[in-house]
Amino acid sequence: MSADKTQQGGPDSAPQSVPSAIQLVGISKAFGPVQANKDINLTVPKGTIHGIIGENGAGKSTLMSILYGFYKPDSGEIRINGTPIQITDSMAAIRAGIGMVFQHFKLVRNFTVLENIILGAEDGPMLRPSLARARTRLRELAEEYELQVDPDETIDELSVGHQQRVEILKALYRQADILILDEPTGVLTPAEADHLFRILNGLRDEGKTIILITHKLREIMEITDNVSVMRRGEMVASVKTAETTPEELAELMVGRKVLLEVDKTPAQPGKPILEVRELRMIDADKVERIRSVSFDIRAGEVVGIAGVSGNGQTQLLEILGGFPEKGAKISGEVLMNGQPLDLTGRKSDAATRRQRGIGHVPEDRQDEGLIMDFAAWENVSFGYHNAPEYSKGIFIDRAAIRADAEGKIQRFDVRPPNPDLAARNFSGGNQQKIVVAREVERNPDLLLIGQPTRGVDIGAIEFIHKRIVELRDAGKAVLLVSVELDEIMSLSDRVLVMFDGMIMGERDPETTTAGELGLLMAGVTDTENTSPAEGITPAHNHPADHPDEPTATPEDRV
Amino acid sequence: MDFNTIIQILDSSVRLMTPLLLACLAGLYSERAGVFDIGLEGKMLMAAFTAATVAALTGNVWLGLCAGILGSLMLSLIHGLASITFRGNQLISGVAINFLASGLTVLLGQKIFGLGGRTPNLTPGAELQAITTPFHDWLSGIFGPDMAATLTTMPRFTEIRLPFAEALRDVPVIGPIYAELISGHSILVYVAFLCVPATWWLLNRTRFGLRLRAVGENPASVDTAGVSVTRLRFAAVAICGVLCGLAGAYLATGLAAGFVKDMTAGRGFIALAALIFAKWRPWGALGATFLFGLLEAVANRYPNLELGPITIPSMFMNALPYILTVIILAGFVGRAIPPRAGGEPYVKER
Repeated sequence: MSADKTQQGGPDSAPQSVPSAIQLVGISKAFGPVQANKDINLTVPKGTIHGIIGENGAGKSTLMSILYGFYKPDSGEIRINGTPIQITDSMAAIRAGIGMVFQHFKLVRNFTVLENIILGAEDGPMLRPSLARARTRLRELAEEYELQVDPDETIDELSVGHQQRVEILKALYRQADILILDEPTGVLTPAEADHLFRILNGLRDEGKTIILITHKLREIMEITDNVSVMRRGEMVASVKTAETTPEELAELMVGRKVLLEVDKTPAQPGKPILEVRELRMIDADKVERIRSVSFDIRAGEVVGIAGVSGNGQTQLLEILGGFPEKGAKISGEVLMNGQPLDLTGRKSDAATRRQRGIGHVPEDRQDEGLIMDFAAWENVSFGYHNAPEYSKGIFIDRAAIRADAEGKIQRFDVRPPNPDLAARNFSGGNQQKIVVAREVERNPDLLLIGQPTRGVDIGAIEFIHKRIVELRDAGKAVLLVSVELDEIMSLSDRVLVMFDGMIMGERDPETTTAGELGLLMAGVTDTENTSPAEGITPAHNHPADHPDEPTATPEDRV
Repeated sequence: MDFNTIIQILDSSVRLMTPLLLACLAGLYSERAGVFDIGLEGKMLMAAFTAATVAALTGNVWLGLCAGILGSLMLSLIHGLASITFRGNQLISGVAINFLASGLTVLLGQKIFGLGGRTPNLTPGAELQAITTPFHDWLSGIFGPDMAATLTTMPRFTEIRLPFAEALRDVPVIGPIYAELISGHSILVYVAFLCVPATWWLLNRTRFGLRLRAVGENPASVDTAGVSVTRLRFAAVAICGVLCGLAGAYLATGLAAGFVKDMTAGRGFIALAALIFAKWRPWGALGATFLFGLLEAVANRYPNLELGPITIPSMFMNALPYILTVIILAGFVGRAIPPRAGGEPYVKER
């Protein structure tokens, strides 16, 4: 768990005895002001499975897109099997023996498996010979690697797991020696994921090199030989999987920042404001995102939800905020001030939630919190634009909204203090202040606040934290979701840790440690409430005899 | 209605469906590649104008045909630049092309011939001879006077008599079908009909076709396979331009004898409706355009259809193809699934 390991990444940290399949030297890539990749060094030895782990937005996918010719790096060098090459487009990547399985499959849905496999790799201008050869080759590959799939079925008729097999087959058909998989298990059932891992192990044994991009620690521990950790565009560590622990990786992923002390008195919790009972959510892809979650938030306390992003926190906030993703199935019970909230139907929308006293600062302020091209004063009223104080009959009262906006800008120290400026033209911190001002000043009984300080400068962080504590001291309830462990620990009165759609445990931030939370965030069984931990439980320990049961209950998993 | 009338109506249908079929196949290539094209109308119109103009100036319909194809290709290129290269809105680009063609043809026609936007009638005559004389002299210098005379006295496409057409004419049933219906059309009619199996074969049996269909369904799949989306879509748009060129040239130099203002009369839009009706398939396009051709032929034959006590007015008969278009576009005729990536400019993303 030593933080010194943080900087030991780089080309020298991998064993030199085996020739390296991939070597990246000083790769940098910026999109405008955002540095997506900063001086990345990475060495992947031949015939190994190499995990790249990091949170959403850490730059993993950008790096792999560079390797597959989608983006040109601003600087740096790529060496494949020791030879420096320029990967100008996907064709160059394919020629260099790189195959990529994207998170969102690049398949033509109304084509057959065979047609998808030969697309772009045809033998000549006529299809018939190509199809015949592909059919034979497919049979060989299927036997070799457990990759059975009916070549004449169209993609539409295949399950997601089989579609992924087609993507892998596509790469193998093009004789890829290096296979990159981007978040491959995100859409798979546990049984499908287990099968995928068997396939990957088989491929490695055949001498293929595999890069596995994921933010799931358990997958890394289960299948990889080496692992590199990315955080905020930088490669912060490269280690052998056998020599690391999930908690160390979790800590590396989340990062340890300068501890921001928040000045607050002990909480004086009152009556329960929000009661969540056995909330479940299955998304449109039939993946269970929230698995029977229950918790309470009382008046006058801040409850923090810690976790590596992508473990159901976003979905939880969206359900409570009244805009779950389309096609999701939601069940369970949520009480607000003792009265049930509609989870489905017309009365489950964000406007009704606001009427019930729930304020929401969404995780993604640019897409969900603001309309970027609208002026600050307009953004200040969104969601409450029907409120009587903003209206004059059927018209909006522009003067009233403007006056209110000017007040909020002043009280929240939004800079520049110009209500006519489009939201886009404020810095991230000031954009967040606009959203927080809008929600906090409505004085909600419950404030949902997701990633309140992502991309926000230190000064604004302090300010926003202070406002959250003030709201709490006024006897309101706050649900804080953040991937910043320090923020959770310093701001919350109670910490819940979410992993894989479940709440792994509750901790008191005064007595717990980052290491203990990291363990829970890595999905290691809660040692207090259940039987003694038996080391790390594997990523998908569902019995394989439930292959079509993506909705297993937490009991099955512990 | 006797047998001969039916043959005559069908014969007329074949002539009338030809420009629709060519335009429909043109749209098929473009849309199967993911580029929606409501500029078929404009391209046909431009082709009709350039074909008629060059045919009138040179007296040579083959040069006219080439000019028609070039005129249409030029507009295709504009559409390609706007909607593929610059990722503009394909509908707006198409509308712009329609307006451009509608205005430009009349303007240029008036400038060149001074006939109020028309081109001269494409029948060998004194007026035409005067213009074509220098061309005739140039040709006879190369091919000799006989060949030059043949070439320059063909200002429009004439009917081709297939072998044995006259001999078989008197054989019952088969005779009239062969002599009237199958024989006796201009070359472009046969080209159009041959385009149907050719298109089917190209789409379903060749590498180009596979990629073309893929790029209209999921361009990312083509891109990640290392194939250029831009190049494929431009190829499709170019084929669309060539076929529209044939359609327009046929209108002005085959079906009619010269260009008149807005002579396409919405055929580009009818072809689009037929394309939807055909569910973006070549053989379907044949059937759908035949239906439209038949309606037009019936309307021409029976301006005032008398059904017992009721007489259906000619306006209604003439409006039939358009009414059918509305019905098809309103989705009454089955569910048609357009190419998934249709209308969307391709932007690379992870």
